[in-house]
Amino acid sequence: MQLRDPAHLVSPRAVAFWTLRAVPGWFLVLVGQSIWWLGAQDLGGLRVAALALTVLFATAHLIVMPRWRYRVHRWEVTHDAVYTQSGWLSQERRIAPISRVQTVDIARGPIEQLFSLANVTVTTASAAGPLRIQGLDRATAESLVAELTEVTSHSEGDAT
Amino acid sequence: MSVTGTEPDATWRRLSARMLLVHPVRELGRFVPALVGLVVAGRAVGDGQFWWFGPLGVVGIIGLSVLRWATTRYRITPEQVQLRTGLLQRKTIATPADRVRSVDVTASPLHRLLGLAKVDIGTGSHDPGSGMSLDSLTAAEAAALRAELLHRSAVVTFDAPDAVTLGAVPAGDPVTPGGHDIELARLDPRWVRFAPFTMSGVLGAAAILGIGSRLFDQLGVSAGDVGPVRGALDHLERTPIWLDVIEGLVVVVALVTVLSIGGYVLSYWGFRLSRHAQGSLHITRGLLTTRATSIEERRLRGLELAEPLLLRAVHAARLSGITTGLRSSGAAGGGSSLLLPPAPRAVAWEVAGQILRDAAPVVVPLTAHGPAARRRRFVRALLSAFVLVAAAAVAISTGAPLWLGVAAIVTVPVSAMLAADRYRSLGHALSGNALVTRQGSLGRRRDVLECDGIIGWNLRQTFFQRRAGLATLTATTAAGRQRYAVTDVPLAMALSLGNLALPGLLGDFLTPAPSPRI
Repeated sequence: MQLRDPAHLVSPRAVAFWTLRAVPGWFLVLVGQSIWWLGAQDLGGLRVAALALTVLFATAHLIVMPRWRYRVHRWEVTHDAVYTQSGWLSQERRIAPISRVQTVDIARGPIEQLFSLANVTVTTASAAGPLRIQGLDRATAESLVAELTEVTSHSEGDAT
Repeated sequence: MSVTGTEPDATWRRLSARMLLVHPVRELGRFVPALVGLVVAGRAVGDGQFWWFGPLGVVGIIGLSVLRWATTRYRITPEQVQLRTGLLQRKTIATPADRVRSVDVTASPLHRLLGLAKVDIGTGSHDPGSGMSLDSLTAAEAAALRAELLHRSAVVTFDAPDAVTLGAVPAGDPVTPGGHDIELARLDPRWVRFAPFTMSGVLGAAAILGIGSRLFDQLGVSAGDVGPVRGALDHLERTPIWLDVIEGLVVVVALVTVLSIGGYVLSYWGFRLSRHAQGSLHITRGLLTTRATSIEERRLRGLELAEPLLLRAVHAARLSGITTGLRSSGAAGGGSSLLLPPAPRAVAWEVAGQILRDAAPVVVPLTAHGPAARRRRFVRALLSAFVLVAAAAVAISTGAPLWLGVAAIVTVPVSAMLAADRYRSLGHALSGNALVTRQGSLGRRRDVLECDGIIGWNLRQTFFQRRAGLATLTATTAAGRQRYAVTDVPLAMALSLGNLALPGLLGDFLTPAPSPRI
């Protein structure tokens, strides 16, 4: 038996979003190394090697990670369930019944606004179970929220 | 109900005025370090003209207590429990009566001396501001309030949602042990022998050492200057190191034993677990500070049967409930959801079966997770052990003592044994409409979670898990730890388990053909 992937891909602009989002972290590492570069007197070879490694890893990460994510991140909403898939090296699929959905949030961070993207978070009564769909096209996100609101309003119970 | 039945429901009630004796004493205790600091500061600055710093602090604390008593009121209307606090910033907390999920009555020795008790009303919200704490009522008021609240929520939810029938509630206290209350377990004093095999003794010893050293710090005394400590240190300096180690071990073992037995007796003396006919479990326990806790059975989603390595070695186990609306059972034995303190395994298993009204999930044999999961246990354990050995080798090459290497090498067989045990513990089953999952070695736990309580699945695969064809299936729930994982189970097994436990949810997404994995 196999679990098939959710039906929908996220927006292709999410690749650029994930790339840009990962840049500050690498920038911090580079700043740290520059300080070391300025402060240290010797160990020249070691510094060059460390810098080269950092640049290599950063480039690989910035090229591979967003594209890998783009192939993994998927979502689907049926009449009964919300199904998401996310991650790259570690991947996670989350499934929650519509009848247990408590809130549906839409959010746009500063970098997401730059690419007119949005993320949708579907929470259940469990602290362990929020389903998050990143990198959605803004229009898609809004229609998804509308659809979820519509579907969940028909279900009953206190969702615990 | 006899007490509350005679008084009008919706009047604002005050806390017992006797709390004025409890609060200042306790607050003073809490602020002793700060007060000592104030006095010292008052002495140090100037020529003692600031001596009034200390007394001012005391007066301030007493004043705050009086203020709290004067401004706190509570009342119970047919629909709501309301609590009003604050002088400048008036705050009213209101909770629908049928949302009351737990009522805990706690009495510290000081409370008991004065005939008082503290009532904590839990509403099951994760929002920390939403719970109510009434500190203190008289013991009789507290018991009556507890009965009233629990009785009411049961009546409202099960029988009659309209307030009219509330007046017609049959008399008789539903909470105090009485005719229709079945005892499930009672502390056997012999269980105290399990106390040294719990972590609480170790933690207790650490806490006492910590408090002791802090006290020395506060008083500005070096521990080495105190007579007995000085003597012990002198003795250690004169004797060979292997004797020191043995003596140290004996002292630590003795300390842990004494403290853990003390802790067990303090927490669990008089422990009694009973089931009330109206559908709730009642737990009373405590030697000096007494606690009475109630758990509505409709809030109970399952059980955690904890058998950490040490307890397992002496055939003992501990039970906690998986409930919505109670604090998580994270703290060992201390959480509200404790259902049985460390007790013989046979007793724990039997009580678990009685609580669940079905012994099957407790005893059902578990499905093992197969060779890939076993390999993963060993790889993970041995990898960290080998890293330790490598680090020790590097350290020795730069001049560290040789015993470091011996210690590092010893971790290899120990890790392998742990890995083997971790694999033996790993397993899952579906039984009696409950998901059963077990894992861990040092902290082995068998979780029994009702399938009705599962509100979603998280299926996680790391890079290495994908290569090994394994996955970790986590059932999310609104109760207990919020997540209960079936770790490192073969993917196909995880899917069929998820599909059987919650029929229909995964069905839409399952396909017979393998989908390409990235």
